[in-house]
Amino acid sequence: MGISGDRIFNVVTAVVAATAAVILAITAYSLASGSVPILQKEGLSFFTGIKWNPNPEHEVFEALPYLEGTLVTSAIALIIGVPLSLGIAIFLAEMSPTAVRVPISYLVELLAAVPSVIYGLWGLFVFRFYVRDYVEVPLNKYLGWIPTFSGTPYGLDVLTAGLILAIMIIPTVSSISREVLRAVPNPIREGAYSIGATRWEVVSKWVLSYGRSGIFGAAILGLGRAVGETMAVTMVIGNTVGPAAVPTSLLKGSQTMASLIAANVRDASDPLSFSAYIGVGLMLMFLGLAINIIAQVMVTRLFKVRGGAVE
Amino acid sequence: MSSYAIRRFKDRLFFFLGIACIVLAVLPLGSILLEVIVKGLPTLSLKFLMSVPGPGGKNIGGIGPAIQGSLILIGLTCLIGIPLGVLSGIYLAEYGDAPYARVMRTLNDVLTEFPSIVVGLTVFLVVVLKVSGSLGLGFSPLSGAIALSFILIPIVARTAEEAIKLVPNALREASMALGVRKWRTTISIVLSVAKAGLVTGILLAVARVAGETAPLLLTVLGNTHFFEGFNEPIAALPLQIYQDALAPDPGIQARAWGAALVLILVVLSLNIVVRLATRGRMGSSVRK
Repeated sequence: MGISGDRIFNVVTAVVAATAAVILAITAYSLASGSVPILQKEGLSFFTGIKWNPNPEHEVFEALPYLEGTLVTSAIALIIGVPLSLGIAIFLAEMSPTAVRVPISYLVELLAAVPSVIYGLWGLFVFRFYVRDYVEVPLNKYLGWIPTFSGTPYGLDVLTAGLILAIMIIPTVSSISREVLRAVPNPIREGAYSIGATRWEVVSKWVLSYGRSGIFGAAILGLGRAVGETMAVTMVIGNTVGPAAVPTSLLKGSQTMASLIAANVRDASDPLSFSAYIGVGLMLMFLGLAINIIAQVMVTRLFKVRGGAVE
Repeated sequence: MSSYAIRRFKDRLFFFLGIACIVLAVLPLGSILLEVIVKGLPTLSLKFLMSVPGPGGKNIGGIGPAIQGSLILIGLTCLIGIPLGVLSGIYLAEYGDAPYARVMRTLNDVLTEFPSIVVGLTVFLVVVLKVSGSLGLGFSPLSGAIALSFILIPIVARTAEEAIKLVPNALREASMALGVRKWRTTISIVLSVAKAGLVTGILLAVARVAGETAPLLLTVLGNTHFFEGFNEPIAALPLQIYQDALAPDPGIQARAWGAALVLILVVLSLNIVVRLATRGRMGSSVRK
């Protein structure tokens, strides 16, 4: 009796542990089957074209601009967010006085606790005007002749969305990078100090190169977060569709895959346009899956080096 | 000697650059909190918390249905998600070395970082729509709770796993030496020792879920009335914020800030309480 009780317990928990796998499988299946109509109609041009017209008379749905919008805003997030996060991680792991270490890391991690919709609200009514007045207007005035900075500074555009994403990935990237730096064995630091290196030299020449792959993994995880982020981006990116959504300038409204779905799917009236949103969801799912699996593999492999201290 | 001065200068420089990075990261947090308090506080009153939303202008009404809806959604989400999450966590901690468990753990981590709008879309297709092959629950509290539990489960599973792994093996061995079976040991000894860690993980997951908006867009739809039954759309705090923020009426926008203040107070206090409560313990046992 008892042995079978153990057996049952093992099997039951094993089955329940597959919940996440089942959810992912259901997601993949339902999105794939929901995308069939749009893929049949548009074929390959669903991925390569830029036209978008939900009017039933001249229906056309092509999703390339939203993929581009996602990639461009996420790239801005990484370009701004990763160096900042790395700076925070280095400071907290290697340079800061011990007394402030814990309070500061709590503060930075609180950034992750703020709900996405509140980032959006703040972005829409507050941050947008800072970006417009102090970043976009000067950029446009002095560098407006470059297409990347052309357009009318308005604050609801690619740049604002990218900057909000940069803020939102900081807690993820900085806390994982900090763990990575802490995982660097102390003898490496001691050796470097003993030959007379300064703190910064120890970090830049030894510690960073030792933790390189883990920091890369942290950045990829940040990328995954930026790609999937929905509400905050939806509220500040301007929500343009079709050719207008191609992110040719930072000072131009655009659309990410997630924001396209969030802003419009409730208005989808006919089956084909609904299928188009599902198709975009499918693209987003594949992108998110690929990024996350790469990041998980990199970060887990790294923590395995620690000899089972974390995992 | 002068090269040493340059090296020292560089060292100082990067020290201050580090401080600058932290300031740059904490500034938005400060600005968000400040704006939410300054813009949200004037609308806040007992009436605001308990009445239905008004049409706008002078009569903005309140966020009663949204608060009630969020509480119902979170309650249902916990009912669905906590048992599944904790059982997954038990498996990953107690039987976690098998290849099967490793795959499940990775998939669980992947789901943790999954785009939440995709979760909403899936639940819409599989649970909400009334077509063959789906549950056909319509826009309803249960549909919303299923979507939210897809987000809650992987977080609870992960934190439960960590909490259970922290239970010293000696306790398991002592229990088994008394002839207690493994499943009995796990449920009565291991879980009760890991209780604080489990609760911590659940509270953090609830804080996360309470602010989720994207999965609700397609599953509960929002409502201006109080709970109308399990087959009807329901309001939710994050959804109310999103819809009110996009309204052209300044009064309704003010309602969004009021709702944001309530939401952020709940979410941040959950986070801060959890962190203060677990300060010593987690720091010493997990990280070293």
